[in-house]
Amino acid sequence: MKYKIFTIFALFFILTVKSFALVSVDITRGNLDPLPTAISDFYLDSKLNDNIKKLQLESKIPELIKNNLSRSGLFFALEKKSFIQKPELAHNKPRFEDWAFIKAQVLVTGKISLEKENRLRVEFKLWDVVSANELSALAFYTAPDNWRRVSHMISDKIYERLTGEKGYFDTRIIYVAESGPKVDRKKRLAIMDQDGFGVKYLTLGNELVLTPRFNPTSQHVTYMSYFKNLPRVYLLNLETGIQDLVGDFPGMTFAPRFSPDGKKIIMSFAQEGNSDIYTMDIKTRIVEKITDHPSIDTSPSYSPDGSYIAFNSDRSGFQQIYTMKSDGSNVKRISFGEGLYGTPVWSPRGDLIAFTKLYRNKFYIGVMRSDGSGERLLTENYYQEAPSWAPNGRVLIFYRETASDSGGRGGGAKLWSIDLTGYNERLIPTPTDASDPSWSGLLSGK
Amino acid sequence: MQKSLKISFIAHFIILIISSVTLPFLMGRVQAPLVISVDLVQIGDRTNIPYAPKVSDGEKTDKKIKDRVVTGQAPPKIVPKEKPDAVPLPENIKKIKELLEKRQNPVKVEELKKQTSEFEKKEIFDPNKISALIDKSKKDNAEANNKPSLEATQSQQKNIVTSKLTITQEDAIKAQIFKCWNIPIGLPYNENLTVRIKIKLNPDGSLVSSEILDQARMSMTGQTYYKILAESALRAVKLCNPLKVPSSGYEKWKEMQLNFDAKEMLKG
Repeated sequence: MKYKIFTIFALFFILTVKSFALVSVDITRGNLDPLPTAISDFYLDSKLNDNIKKLQLESKIPELIKNNLSRSGLFFALEKKSFIQKPELAHNKPRFEDWAFIKAQVLVTGKISLEKENRLRVEFKLWDVVSANELSALAFYTAPDNWRRVSHMISDKIYERLTGEKGYFDTRIIYVAESGPKVDRKKRLAIMDQDGFGVKYLTLGNELVLTPRFNPTSQHVTYMSYFKNLPRVYLLNLETGIQDLVGDFPGMTFAPRFSPDGKKIIMSFAQEGNSDIYTMDIKTRIVEKITDHPSIDTSPSYSPDGSYIAFNSDRSGFQQIYTMKSDGSNVKRISFGEGLYGTPVWSPRGDLIAFTKLYRNKFYIGVMRSDGSGERLLTENYYQEAPSWAPNGRVLIFYRETASDSGGRGGGAKLWSIDLTGYNERLIPTPTDASDPSWSGLLSGK
Repeated sequence: MQKSLKISFIAHFIILIISSVTLPFLMGRVQAPLVISVDLVQIGDRTNIPYAPKVSDGEKTDKKIKDRVVTGQAPPKIVPKEKPDAVPLPENIKKIKELLEKRQNPVKVEELKKQTSEFEKKEIFDPNKISALIDKSKKDNAEANNKPSLEATQSQQKNIVTSKLTITQEDAIKAQIFKCWNIPIGLPYNENLTVRIKIKLNPDGSLVSSEILDQARMSMTGQTYYKILAESALRAVKLCNPLKVPSSGYEKWKEMQLNFDAKEMLKG
């Protein structure tokens, strides 16, 4: 008995010593290269009728996913031509060696089948080729016309599963579509999918519209309109199309934005050369004055928890960014660099504030931490402004104007996106010139 | 009754012994020479700059150390680390100084100088040699020129503290895995996410097995970030297979623990 216990302890002792002897190496660096990803064509169930087969969803859906993931800059989609395995077989159980051979690290496969009359079941699987296992699998039910939405949702799932961060593909962008000559510019509210598809115009262009902003929690938009030549903030319900004047101010209201819970609108109200920040509760219509200062305070933006507000003010003599508590107390200047700072927008993650900076006749889009430290300029150009965050706080959309030549030709405004690295800058295609973009929250909710 | 009492006594005694031998802080105090050896090794462990051209920091305070130990080596960074098997560093450099003064060993200095002069060679600074030297010094045996090779490697198994790779070896392995590791960029940098993976290697560097040491955390709810990080780390290990490994000292690196931590990268 004693001997046995002693043996056990001796064994324990040896094991302890052995584990101490393990060489330990800290891996604190890696690469941020795009992940090599193979997106196989989906497998189309042969029982589907010809009308659906004509849509060619088996290649269109993967194509859209590929487009989304590539544009994010985090994935490198491999050429379809190099794929060895057939979609059907790959979806059931991929031969991982085949995919590893073309240097894929992850693989997306899928299957489209009929759920019932004119309703599809779209299923996808995400595979880890290197570790040879399945990472996730999901199925969506939808009408065939809705395939773009499904593709965006699948893209979001893949993005989230591999980066640990929510995606932003199943989202929309609202912006001001500009057309016509410079002297008689027509400005209409327009909305489209995040990838530039499906543009719809919400106003006719009879009056000037500016700064549309999405409600982060619902399908409401707030914007400024010169309706009957009175510049005022309006509220628009995208589902019903009903427009509403926000508050009854005896002057110009502008730069509106929603609070993170979507219940309030925060905006500027200008009177006699002074402008201050106000909020209005959408339901009760109660108006509150937040700042009270003889300088121009504008461009307010809430922190995601709603407890702070960032805004810009010229109270120091030059336009700079300030933060304060949501009741207007504790005002603190946070931008101290050279140049002018404006349009602060708090990231949905809460850690950063994006801004526009004017310095030596150049415009920059940049980010800083919410205490003003760590300023980073992401992009520089002749004229650009109005950054708006994607719901995951990794990508910004803004608009950029290019200079026209001496004869007034060329030039124009377009929408661009850039991610936090500052390297992945992309044009977002729009049929007309575009400005003042605002990114919606995820349509499928959080 | 008596019997169980006896067992209890024996068991307690054994636990005491184990803890006195294995608990690092106790060891540091009891065996002064080991403190030196560990400290020297940890220079390599802590600084990624293997050989700084000149000692820049703390030149004045560390002058004595600098003169005696190595002329061109980066000063040891005194950052406490949460590694369970690491012997805590002495609180201040003075202590090392004293220790070095007390136990100046000509052989050791020679070994270390060699390290700086033959920069490119692989097996320049072998901690086994140091450990072996210390073993000898314990026995009051100062055979200066007898270079232990294979024997030392084997004796190292018994020594629990000095099983370390050289700086060059460690850096070579790190550099390979850095390239293979695709960091999931969405992870929060303010959470403590370190994935420990134990790998076993063949003498040619090919992977025998890889295993996540906190496997339980993988399937826990609310540990999504950890899971994603762990999966990416496992991919890195597999993509790097086979590793380019040192030509000797298999016993040292046949099993390794890799600690994947993306915090610094994610902070950007």
